Amino acid sequence: MPAGVTVKAKLGRDDIMMRGFMVMIALYLIVTLALPLYAMLSKAFSTYHFDLTQYELQVSDEQGVFGSPPVSVQQLNAKTGAIPDEKLATSSDGRLGLTKLFPEFSFRSPVRYRIRGTSGDAVFLIGSERYVGTEWQETDSNTFRRVVVRPVKSRGLANFTTYFSTPSLFYSIRNSLMVSVISTIITVTLAFGFAYALSRSCMRYKGVFRLIAMAPILVPSLLPGIALVYLFGNQGMLKSMMMGESIYGPYGIVFGSVFFTFPHALMIITTALAISDARLYEAAASLRASPWKVFWTVTIPGARYGLISAAFVVFNLVITDFGLPKVIGGQYNVLAVDIYKQVIGQQNFEMGAVVSVVLLIPAIVAFAIDRQVQKKQVALLSARSVVFQPKPNRRFDWISFAYCTLIAAFIIIILGVCQFAALIKFWPYDLSFSLRNYNFDVMDGGGWDAYRNSIQLGLLTAFFGTAIVFVGAYMVEKTQGFRTGRSLFQLLAMLPMAIPGMVLGLAYIFFFNNPDNPLNPIYGTMAILVICSITHFYTVSHLTAVTALKQMDTEFESVSASLKTPFYKLFARVTVPVCLPSILDISIYLFVNAMTTVSAVVFLYSSQTTLASVAVLNMDDAGDVAPAAAMGMMIFYTNAFARIVHLLASKAVLKRTQEWRVR
Amino acid sequence: MTIKKSVLAVGVGLLMSSAAFAAELTVYTAVEAEDLKRYADAFNADHPDIKINWVRDSTGIVTAKLLAEKDNPQADVIWGLAATSLLLMKSEGMLEAYAPAGVENLDKKFVDKSTPPAWTGMDAWVASVCFNTVEGGKLGLTAPTSWKDLTKPEYKGHVIMPNPNSSGTGFLDVSSWLQMFGEEGGWQFMDALHGNIARYTHSGSKPCKLAAAGEIPIGVSFAFRGAKSKAAGAPIEIIVPSEGVGWDMEATAIVAGTDDLDAAKKLVDWTVTKKANELYNSGYAVVAYPGVAKPVEHFPANLLEKMIDNDFEFAANNRKAILAEWQKRYDSKSEPKG
Repeated sequence: MPAGVTVKAKLGRDDIMMRGFMVMIALYLIVTLALPLYAMLSKAFSTYHFDLTQYELQVSDEQGVFGSPPVSVQQLNAKTGAIPDEKLATSSDGRLGLTKLFPEFSFRSPVRYRIRGTSGDAVFLIGSERYVGTEWQETDSNTFRRVVVRPVKSRGLANFTTYFSTPSLFYSIRNSLMVSVISTIITVTLAFGFAYALSRSCMRYKGVFRLIAMAPILVPSLLPGIALVYLFGNQGMLKSMMMGESIYGPYGIVFGSVFFTFPHALMIITTALAISDARLYEAAASLRASPWKVFWTVTIPGARYGLISAAFVVFNLVITDFGLPKVIGGQYNVLAVDIYKQVIGQQNFEMGAVVSVVLLIPAIVAFAIDRQVQKKQVALLSARSVVFQPKPNRRFDWISFAYCTLIAAFIIIILGVCQFAALIKFWPYDLSFSLRNYNFDVMDGGGWDAYRNSIQLGLLTAFFGTAIVFVGAYMVEKTQGFRTGRSLFQLLAMLPMAIPGMVLGLAYIFFFNNPDNPLNPIYGTMAILVICSITHFYTVSHLTAVTALKQMDTEFESVSASLKTPFYKLFARVTVPVCLPSILDISIYLFVNAMTTVSAVVFLYSSQTTLASVAVLNMDDAGDVAPAAAMGMMIFYTNAFARIVHLLASKAVLKRTQEWRVR
Repeated sequence: MTIKKSVLAVGVGLLMSSAAFAAELTVYTAVEAEDLKRYADAFNADHPDIKINWVRDSTGIVTAKLLAEKDNPQADVIWGLAATSLLLMKSEGMLEAYAPAGVENLDKKFVDKSTPPAWTGMDAWVASVCFNTVEGGKLGLTAPTSWKDLTKPEYKGHVIMPNPNSSGTGFLDVSSWLQMFGEEGGWQFMDALHGNIARYTHSGSKPCKLAAAGEIPIGVSFAFRGAKSKAAGAPIEIIVPSEGVGWDMEATAIVAGTDDLDAAKKLVDWTVTKKANELYNSGYAVVAYPGVAKPVEHFPANLLEKMIDNDFEFAANNRKAILAEWQKRYDSKSEPKG
């Protein structure tokens, strides 16, 4: 008798369709994230070395007669020890001269040399002429200087050995960690003060302060670097304040990093402070605890998860940032810039991949700790918590106001200096105003086309990104059963946050620029930039969507199923309208980030798809600093405008679709 | 009948439209974007039947792209890429050796030494030093006249140059010093120079622009950039060091494995003509065709005679080793003090 059939819940058409959608979006993430990362990892282990057993030499006597037998280069080297083992590891364009093997070598000598490969695929050059195979090539002594052998490809850890034995490379690890830790401490402290003032004081103009504090999010991270050059460079307005120290280096990186990470830290800490429970303060007050004691025993512990989370987010932003250290880092090498130098400067893709792997480690650790901490924070909130309401306190309110004014002034000055520099004709020799620096078309970087491309990229990323992210989040939240698939999807959706932009961009080169890849044609088009941007900023968008969807009861699905309404009708008629505010949030987030990002796209743009943010970088690189500032400010105004549109749209949407929330 | 007719018409139309261009060539280039259209128009004036599809990027990226496509070349012709890059391609066996008609008219310096040559040069970009006279005056600096001058203590912290690891201009400086002063002398010179360098930039034009803006008074850059900044009103002087200056050239080659060798040959034949060289002259003071070049405004007069007899092969074959040595010696300047 055949075994009985296991009873299994029958999948409805809806279930199959939803799972189908989920699998499709999971496939998207696999193709745009997992596979490129795999390609990059395997590149890091792809090594080149000189295989001396591949070649044979024969040396003549002074009369040019080849009496002695041919000898393998390997044996020659074993005898003389001229080429140490570590010199045999190289990169794809490595070349090794052979004269060192002959201590008595002189290019004037009448001795003649013969060289050949011992196998059919041995490659050597005489000058720039390429020879392959086992046929003897004869040269005189002078020409023998021009003989070099080429490396063979294999797999192994040699690239990592080279990396860790090159001080100028591995010093970058320490440099990166140092600026990241210092920037993190400063940013989190400053942002905590600001958030504390916003949530615990009764000062005026809180809305204005909040608005100004968010401004740095609207500009590329390298813009503060440009402002710092104008403020503290050798021709800077406030150069004397540097007291002889150079702004090019760690000072500049830390200064600028604090500027561009401030809003990120502020958002997290403000949320953390907002959820603290007023009942604890009442209890402390009734126990007659001093304000100082209350601060350390109630406020800080209450906000500790927020602080830790902010610290790791800032750390991650700084260590993976590339634009700022490139502009203001001077000779202070950091990991992200090393990747750029290896890939663009030296075309050493393997070493670029190795540095990427090194950069991945702190980024992933910071990310993992942050995730753990965030999980705990949710548990802090209980239904009985009472929202804390600050009471006026003249002295404290004034101190808060002064502090926030100071920070706001700092942010406004940085942006103001950029705008000012953009309008000056020729700093510092001709201080008349002119629009000359806006004539982007005569400069490197792509001109006004770059600006138009960026807007196009922003809009496409916002549109397709929001659709993909929201549909993905919906399927993973509302699909019944299919547990393994869903948790796998969640993992995939969280991964992009841990991947630095530079690493993602490099991984895309390896994956999409491979002629065997059927997706190869999108390389160099706008499509790859859109895909890269969506993937790069996937996680935060996904989390926003999931949070919004979690607020919706699953009953909706059950009811609609029992009414035999297909899920897509429910999705279109109920879910999307209810979640519209979050959908708008996701799209503005994607738009602003696509406008400002440099790190991921710097490897991927082509001459037809130059971008405004990359143009800022390239114009600064070429020394056109003022036009770079001008373009940076164009990005700022565009993003500010998009924000205003988003605000108005949200208001209108809230009015129309969210009326049900008001009882 | 009518359907057949219209199909026929469409077919003929397709034939006609493709007949307008008998051939299409994918051409990789690092020439400035604003110049590309002029190059293509001038070429199409003589060869209206060949369409050029440009793929343009900076030298480093085009080189990387070509090397990455080694086994599956996408380009038919390279027109306007650094000769040092083309030497890399040549040693990978990626170039189709071809002597363009009229190559004998070109200055020998500009033609690959193999027969038939794998590439032919177009124009040269030459190293120079930009000196800001206003800031130099404020700091009490005299204008340097030679490379060796730059190592004098008075210039400490006032010299800036490109990092050879990320800039082609930086590399041509370093390779020219090694050729002029010898291996040992070259590194000795750079050791001394390193003490005076404020920092190394990523790009080759930035030092001159920083000198023009007075940020650092002395920038090691290239002459063309200096002339442009000077024309824009910067208070700079373009100095050609007395020992001689390094240079690189833009060059042209056919990519081995091209689908349309005939069209590629026609294009390369055209790139060595007098007419083409006159075109190159609008941006470059030194071009491959003798007697064509007209002086470019603000260009130093003695530039041509100061160009060293550059050994491109030395530069290409030792590039990796030189860069590694340079990085070992100077790139760890980044190590924090203390």
